[in-house]
Amino acid sequence: MKVIKEKHSFLMRWTHWVNFPVLTIMIWSGLFIYWANDAYGISIFGFSLIKFFPEWFYNFFHIPQRLAEGMAFHFLFMWFFFINGLLYILYTIFSGAWRELLPNKKSFIEAWQVLLHDLHIRKTIPPQKKYNAAQRIAYTAIIVMGIGSVITGLAIYKPVQFYWICWLCGGYHFARILHFTLTIGYVFFFLIHIVQVILAGWNNFRAVVAGFEVIEEPHALKQELVVPEKTENSDENRS
Amino acid sequence: MKTGHKKKVKAPLTVEQKIKRRNFISFGAFFALGGGAAVGWKWLLDAPEETPGITGGTRAPLRRALNKTELFFRNFFSNNHLVKTYDKERAAKTPRVNSLIGIEDDEAFDIANWKLTVKLNSLNTQHITIDEIKALPKTEIVYDFKCVEGWDEIQHWAGVKLSDFLAHFKLEEQAKKQYMGLETPNKAYYVGLERDSVFHPQTILAYEMNGKPISMEHGAPLRLIVPVKYGIKNLKRIGNMSFSDSRPKDYWAEQGYDYYSGL
Repeated sequence: MKVIKEKHSFLMRWTHWVNFPVLTIMIWSGLFIYWANDAYGISIFGFSLIKFFPEWFYNFFHIPQRLAEGMAFHFLFMWFFFINGLLYILYTIFSGAWRELLPNKKSFIEAWQVLLHDLHIRKTIPPQKKYNAAQRIAYTAIIVMGIGSVITGLAIYKPVQFYWICWLCGGYHFARILHFTLTIGYVFFFLIHIVQVILAGWNNFRAVVAGFEVIEEPHALKQELVVPEKTENSDENRS
Repeated sequence: MKTGHKKKVKAPLTVEQKIKRRNFISFGAFFALGGGAAVGWKWLLDAPEETPGITGGTRAPLRRALNKTELFFRNFFSNNHLVKTYDKERAAKTPRVNSLIGIEDDEAFDIANWKLTVKLNSLNTQHITIDEIKALPKTEIVYDFKCVEGWDEIQHWAGVKLSDFLAHFKLEEQAKKQYMGLETPNKAYYVGLERDSVFHPQTILAYEMNGKPISMEHGAPLRLIVPVKYGIKNLKRIGNMSFSDSRPKDYWAEQGYDYYSGL
């Protein structure tokens, strides 16, 4: 028998979907800004591995020569990013939803087991509530990253008026590197997130739009009547 | 009341029906809001450019947002908030030259005849020589110069504090106005500064860099160093100074940049 099970609150779904286009615009306009001083890359022993970003990338996304435009967009949509994120955080704190989100003592060991399971190395997965241990870590980390983007952003935006924030971020120069690195982090998060959502399937995806999951529940009562010898163990095996 | 009209008794929804109904409502709302967001975004992208004036070059709604954001963040401005300073050894030996607008396009410029022209009112001007300025107490600063492009560099400048300058030349009355306008002698580059930044204790009219007179490409004989602003406001080779209650012309604000550009 199909049963509707509530999963995600309205506010969680709303802030999630508002964040998606807003963060996309922030990254897009952020690229316009970064282009004007594209100093970062990864090199090992002086050998340059990656340059952020190659010419073809800039040209493909029409990035060059749009610094002023990028700043104008960035300084408008930063408000939406901040307010939306703040709403989510306040909701999560006051509703008690943080209990299902924040990693606990067991999470770090369990997350490893989840990873092994997802890579088809391990058969079983540790018992979980709304989020498994890996999700708890990932979804908490992304919120911390969001806070980090706001803080490092403020440090770059007003390094004199908010000199203490700038100091906290390791100075103006380093704050810009952090701000950039966090953005690269979002892109990686997004890629893994999309793959996981596709693998998790429709029911999981729908929960983030409609709020509920449909689960198949055995007719516990009837079964007991018809097949009274069925024990709890067999039920556990099914779920 | 007539009783002929029979009320239909609604059967309770089955789980399947509930699922369908909730799917319909949720996804309907999802796509409607998504569509609305797309329309809003298209509107913003296609928004007309502002009418060119003191500011220009950006979409009108974005300019309104920039101005509003500026007003909000100006609330945090304080003359007690100082830019971080460094030891002289940390300063760049050959500071970066990023722009020569108002300098390279002025071949007629003769540094020997340079005088700072201060517009006192609509009728009178005052001329001040570099020696008069150098006679005032010298203020040095070694700080992290920040360009709107995103680079920063520790630089060492020295000159007269702008507030000292205004006091010495009895310009305090003029400086009560909301803005100061500065431009190069050929008027090719120009900036506007609001009063707060003019009187910030680290704002100087600089004539020395790394302990030597400023080179031509860095704005000899006198340039503005205003650490609470991006480099675009740090006008090189000051020719004219004026005061007003409305925003003076500003080169980069006309090209889509924020007028305030404060740090």
